[in-house]
Amino acid sequence: MSELSLHTPDTLRSRSEAVASSMPALLADAQHLAASVLLGVHGRKRAGTGDEFWQYRPAEAGDSYRAIDWRRSARSDGHFLRQTEWQAAQAVMIGVDDSASMTYSGAKTRPSKLRRAQTLAMALAVIAVRGGERVGLTHLAEPPRGGQAQLMRMAAALMDGVDRPEYGEPKPQVMPAGSRAVFFSDYLGEPDAIETVLGRSADRGVKGALVMVLDPDEEAFPFDGRTLFESMSGAIRFETLKAKSLREEYLERLAARKDALRMMARRTGWQFHVHHTDSPAEPALLWLYQVLERQ
Amino acid sequence: MIGSLAFGTPLLLLALIALPVLWWLLRAVPPAPIRRRFPGIALLLGLKDDESQTDKTPWWLLLLRMLAIAAAIIGFAGPVLNPQEERVAGDGPLLIVMDGSWASARDWQARLDRAGLLLDDAGRAGREVAVVQLTDLPGGDLAFQTAGAWAPRVPTLQPAPFAPDMAAAAEWVETIDGTAEVFWFSDGVDHECRDDLAAAFEDLGALSVFQGDRDLIALAPPRFEDGIIRGDLARIGVETPREVTVVAHGLDPAGLQRDLAQATATFEPGAMVAQVEFDLPPELRNRITRFELSGERHAGAVALTDDALQRRQVALISGGAEDEQQALLSPLHYLREALEPTADLMEGALSDILVASPDVIMLADVATFADEEEAALIEWVEAGGLLVRFAGTRLAGSDVARDESGPLMPVRLRIGGRTVGGAMSWGEPKALEPFEEGSPFFGLAIPNDVEVTSQVVAQPDPTLSERTIASLTDGTPLVTRASLGQGSVVLFHVTANAEWSSLPLSGLFVQMLERLAVSTRPVTPEAEDLEGTVWTPEEVLDGYGVLRDAGTRPGVLGEDLADAPLSADLLPGLYAGDDRRLARNVMAQDAALVAASWPASVPVEGMTVVEPTDLMAAFLTGALVLLLLDALAALWLGGRLGGLTRGAAVLAAGLIVGPQADAQGLTIEEELALLATSEATLAYVLTGDVEVDETSRAGLQGLSNTLYQRTSVEPAPPLGVDLELDELAFFPMIYWPITPDQEIPSSAAYRRLNDYLRGGGMIVFDTRDAHVGRFGSGTPEGRRLQLIAAPLDIPPLEPIPDDHVLTRTFYLLQDFPGRHISRDVWVEAAPADAEQIEGMPFRNLNDGVTPVLIGGNDWAAAWAQDENGRPVFPVGRGQTGERQREIALRFGVNLVMHVLSGNYKSDQVHVPALLDRLGQ
Repeated sequence: MSELSLHTPDTLRSRSEAVASSMPALLADAQHLAASVLLGVHGRKRAGTGDEFWQYRPAEAGDSYRAIDWRRSARSDGHFLRQTEWQAAQAVMIGVDDSASMTYSGAKTRPSKLRRAQTLAMALAVIAVRGGERVGLTHLAEPPRGGQAQLMRMAAALMDGVDRPEYGEPKPQVMPAGSRAVFFSDYLGEPDAIETVLGRSADRGVKGALVMVLDPDEEAFPFDGRTLFESMSGAIRFETLKAKSLREEYLERLAARKDALRMMARRTGWQFHVHHTDSPAEPALLWLYQVLERQ
Repeated sequence: MIGSLAFGTPLLLLALIALPVLWWLLRAVPPAPIRRRFPGIALLLGLKDDESQTDKTPWWLLLLRMLAIAAAIIGFAGPVLNPQEERVAGDGPLLIVMDGSWASARDWQARLDRAGLLLDDAGRAGREVAVVQLTDLPGGDLAFQTAGAWAPRVPTLQPAPFAPDMAAAAEWVETIDGTAEVFWFSDGVDHECRDDLAAAFEDLGALSVFQGDRDLIALAPPRFEDGIIRGDLARIGVETPREVTVVAHGLDPAGLQRDLAQATATFEPGAMVAQVEFDLPPELRNRITRFELSGERHAGAVALTDDALQRRQVALISGGAEDEQQALLSPLHYLREALEPTADLMEGALSDILVASPDVIMLADVATFADEEEAALIEWVEAGGLLVRFAGTRLAGSDVARDESGPLMPVRLRIGGRTVGGAMSWGEPKALEPFEEGSPFFGLAIPNDVEVTSQVVAQPDPTLSERTIASLTDGTPLVTRASLGQGSVVLFHVTANAEWSSLPLSGLFVQMLERLAVSTRPVTPEAEDLEGTVWTPEEVLDGYGVLRDAGTRPGVLGEDLADAPLSADLLPGLYAGDDRRLARNVMAQDAALVAASWPASVPVEGMTVVEPTDLMAAFLTGALVLLLLDALAALWLGGRLGGLTRGAAVLAAGLIVGPQADAQGLTIEEELALLATSEATLAYVLTGDVEVDETSRAGLQGLSNTLYQRTSVEPAPPLGVDLELDELAFFPMIYWPITPDQEIPSSAAYRRLNDYLRGGGMIVFDTRDAHVGRFGSGTPEGRRLQLIAAPLDIPPLEPIPDDHVLTRTFYLLQDFPGRHISRDVWVEAAPADAEQIEGMPFRNLNDGVTPVLIGGNDWAAAWAQDENGRPVFPVGRGQTGERQREIALRFGVNLVMHVLSGNYKSDQVHVPALLDRLGQ
C-alpha cells in the first residue's frame, strides 16, 4: 500500500485502468435521450440511428427506395426496410476538488484524499468510456467526449492543478442538460457554494452524486495535548492546550456537515456518499456505478 | 567496601549553585505545542479550550530535569571512587618482605598481586627493590635490583608449609647495611619474636604492613577421646559466627582416596576456637589418613593422622562361663582393663568374631575348637591375624598340643603344668628373667613384684628357645611365639587373671601387650622416647596443604621430629620409623592462633587492591537516561505517546504469552539423559565463569556445525555439564576449559569423572594459556589444572607423537592449533612395548582412545561460531589466521572422530598385511 500520495499523469491513467478493469462496462440509462444530440452506443430499445440491427419492417408509402433492404425483400413478396436500434451516449461530468485541504493524508500508509479522489474519478471515466459514454471534467470549458484520447486529456487536466485554494468548491463550467455529474471533495469549505451548484444542476436536469472523501484522522480526531493546528497552506491557525477536549465538539460539527450535505443531495435528487481513504476504492466505485445506473 | 570519593575537577561542582536558577527558568516554560497540519481546522474554528488546563511544567518533570543536570555537572566534575594514591612516593631502596608461611597461603595470589603492584609503582619511581621471603631468607648480602628484574620472579614465589623463624629473621635484618623502606606482607599470625622483627624493620626505615582480611582457620590434629575423634579449630580474623566443614579423607576398601566422613564445626559469635567431633565405626576410623577443612587452602587446614588414631580391634574370648564369676576373677577382666583405653574390644562367639575380622584375637584359657572354627581361625591367622592365648586350668588339663604342637599353639605342653612357691610345693614363686635382645619385649623394665606361681610348661623342643620371647628366672618359657602364615600365635603360659601370677596386675602387662602390637600407643611420643631414631619422610605437605610424595628428602632425627619447630628441613608430613608412622602437623595439639597486633606507628593495610573506579561515565549515563525519561515524559504530557504505548502493550502481551512451560513429568536428570542420548552430544564443563562457559558453548556449537557439514556425525547442540550434579556417561567427549579460580570438584564428582574416564570417555583439558606459557609452566591455569587433575585416574602422558592416530582419524594433520599455536598437546603415552608395525605403533589400550587430551591452545575460541555460523573470535592475522582456524576445526573433527571410532584408523595400517595374507 505504498502508493505515492499524488498521481503523475502517466501513473494516474494506468492505475485507474487497473481499478476500472474489475468492473463491468457501465451502461448508463438515458432517460433524457432526446435532449442529447450526440450519438452514443446505448441501445434505446426502439428504432433509430445506430449500428446494431433492430428489426425489418414492411416498406410503407413515403419510404425512400434506398432504405429498402433488398436482400431481405428478395426472400419474400413484399418490401422490407432494415431498421437499426437507436443508440445514444450518456455524458458524465466529473468534478474533483483539487484544493489544498484535499492533499492531506493522516498517515504515510494512506494516500492523500486528492489522490484517492483522482483515482476514483479516472476509474469512473474509464468505465464510462469503455461503455461508450462521453466524459468530461466540470472545471474545464470543454464538452464531454468519448474515446481513449479523452481519458488522456482528463488525466492530464486532473494533474494540472497549480494554484490551490484552501478549500475547494465545485465550479462547473459545462453542464450538458440531462447529463450525469459526480463531485469528489472533502466538503470542508463553505457549504453554500455546493447548494448553489446543486440547485443549478437540478434546474438543468443533471443528476449525480456527491462523494465526500475523508481521511480517517478527520473522522476520528485522534489528537491530544497542546496542539497548534494549521490549515494545509498554513494560512489558518488554531491553538489548543488539550486537543482531546475538543474532540466531541469537532465530531458533532462533522456529523452536522454530513447531514447538511445529505439533505441538500436529497432535495435535488442527488446521492451522497462518504468515502475514507483507508478503505479500498472499489466499494466506492461500485456504489457510484450502481447510483449512476439507477438514475 | 565503599571507598573514598574524589573529583578530577572539583571546581565544576560550583555549577550546582545554578540549579535553583534553572528551576525558576524551567518552571516558566511550558512544553512546546505540536504543530499539526489538519484540514479539519475549518470545523474547529471558534471552539474554546477547557480553562483548567495548566501551561506550567509539572513539578516532577522539573525535578527530573534538575536531577539530570545535577548528574551531568557531577559527571563532568570527574568523580573517582577509591582514588589511587601513589604508594611508592619516596626514593631509596625498597624491601618487600613476605612472611611466606602456611598462613599466607590462604590469600597468596592476592599477596602476589599486591606485591606486583608495589613493584610496578617502584619501577615507575625508579627505585631499587628486594623481595624476601622470611621462610627462605637469602644467604649473603641483600641485593637490591630493579623492579623489572623482580617482576618475573615474584609470581613464582610459593608459601612454605611452616612458620617463619622471626628471631633468625630479626638477626638477619640487623646485618643489612643502609636504610630501606619496608613493606611487610604479614600473614596476620603473631609468630614468636614478631615484635623484635618489627622493631628491626623500623630501624631499617619506614615500615608498612599489609595484612589480608580473610580469616584464617586452622585445624589441630584430632585426637581420640572416649570413643570419639575430637579436633580443635582455631581462627583469627572476623568474629562472626561461621560453620566450617571438616572432611576426613582416607582410603576406601578399593584403595582409592575418598571422603570418608564429614563433620561441621561451628564458631560461635566472638569465639575464636571451635571443636569438631567424628563418631565413626573403628574400621572407618582406622582408614583415615588426614583431616581437612573444606574451603581452606593452606597447610594449617590439614591434619595428618598417624598410628595414634588407629586403634586395633581386639576380640576377647574366654573359655569359662563368665557371669558366674566375680569380676576380679574373670579371665578377661585384666585384659579389658589393659586394652580398653587403646583398642576397640569385641566379645562374642568365635564364629561371629571371625566375620568381623579383628586385628587380634585373645583367647583366655580356651583349649579346643570345633573343626570348622579351627580351620577358620587358622585361615585368619595365616592372613595376618595375631592370636594371643593365655593358659589356664582348662588348657593345662586338656590334650591340646600334647604330642605334637598344633598350628594354633607355639609349643607342645607337658601335662598338667606346674606350681611353684605354693603351699604344697618347694621353691619360691619365680620372677621374670630380663628380656633378651631380639625379644619384642626387650628393654622393658621388670618390676620386682611380678611373680609367677603356676604355669603350663613347654616340652623341650629344638625350636623352643627361638620361640621363647619371655622366660622365668629358672629358664622355663613364660611367653612363646610362633609365626603362622603372615600372622603369629603367642602363648602366655599363665592365666589372663591374677590367679597364676601377678603379671596382669603390673604395668608390665600393658607394656607387653603394647609391644605385641595388641594395642597402640596412646599418646604422642616425647623427645626422649625417640632419641637416636631416624625417621624417613614419606609424604610432606606444601604450603597450600597439598600432600606430596617426599621423594628423596633426607630422614630426620627422632628428637627433632618430636619437638623441633618446623622448618625447611623438617616439613610437616608423615614420617615412617621402624614399626610405626608419625605425623607432624603444622598445628600442634595445643597450639593457639594469636592474631598479630601492630604498634600504632606502623600503618596496616588490607591486601585487596581497590581499583579506582571512574564514575564519570556512570554519572553522564545517568544524566542521559534522565534526559531520555524527560523526553518521554514531555511526549506523554504533550499527548504524543500513543504509538509507543500500543507497542509496549503488544510487547508485554507477547511476553506473557511467550514462555509456555512443557510439563512432561520428567525429572531434570531424565531430561538431560534424553537430550544427551537422542543424538551424539558434545559437552563442556561449566566452570562458573559465564564468559568462558559461553565461549565453550559457542566453540562446541561451531565444531558441531562443522561436523554436521563435513562428516556423517550430526551432533545435537552442545550441553554444559555441572560436574557436581550431572551424569557424564552420556557424552563421548567433554571439553574442560580451566580457569584459575575454578572450584575443585567434590569427591563425588571425582568418582563420576574417574568412572567416566575408565568407561572410555575423553576429557579435553584446555588451559587456554598457550600464548603465555608452555605446558607445565606455572601459569595460574596450569597450576589449577594440576590441582584439579591430581585425583583423576589419568595414565602416563606424552606429547602427542607424530604417528598418533589423532593425526589421521579424518584429516591428515600434524598441528593442533586453536586460537594459539602450541605443539604442547599431551595424550596418553604409548605403551612402552608399542611396536613399530609397518611404521606405526599399534595401541591397544582403553580401546585406543586417549582418556585425556591436555593443551592450552584455546580450541573453543577458534571453533566458536555464533548462531549465523560466523566465527566469534579473531584467530591470527588475515588469510594465515583463517587457515589456522580451518586447521583448528579439522583438529576438532579428528578429535571427535577419534573419540567415536577409537583405533579404527590405527587398524587401517594393517590392511596391507591382511590383504597379503588373504591372497595366500
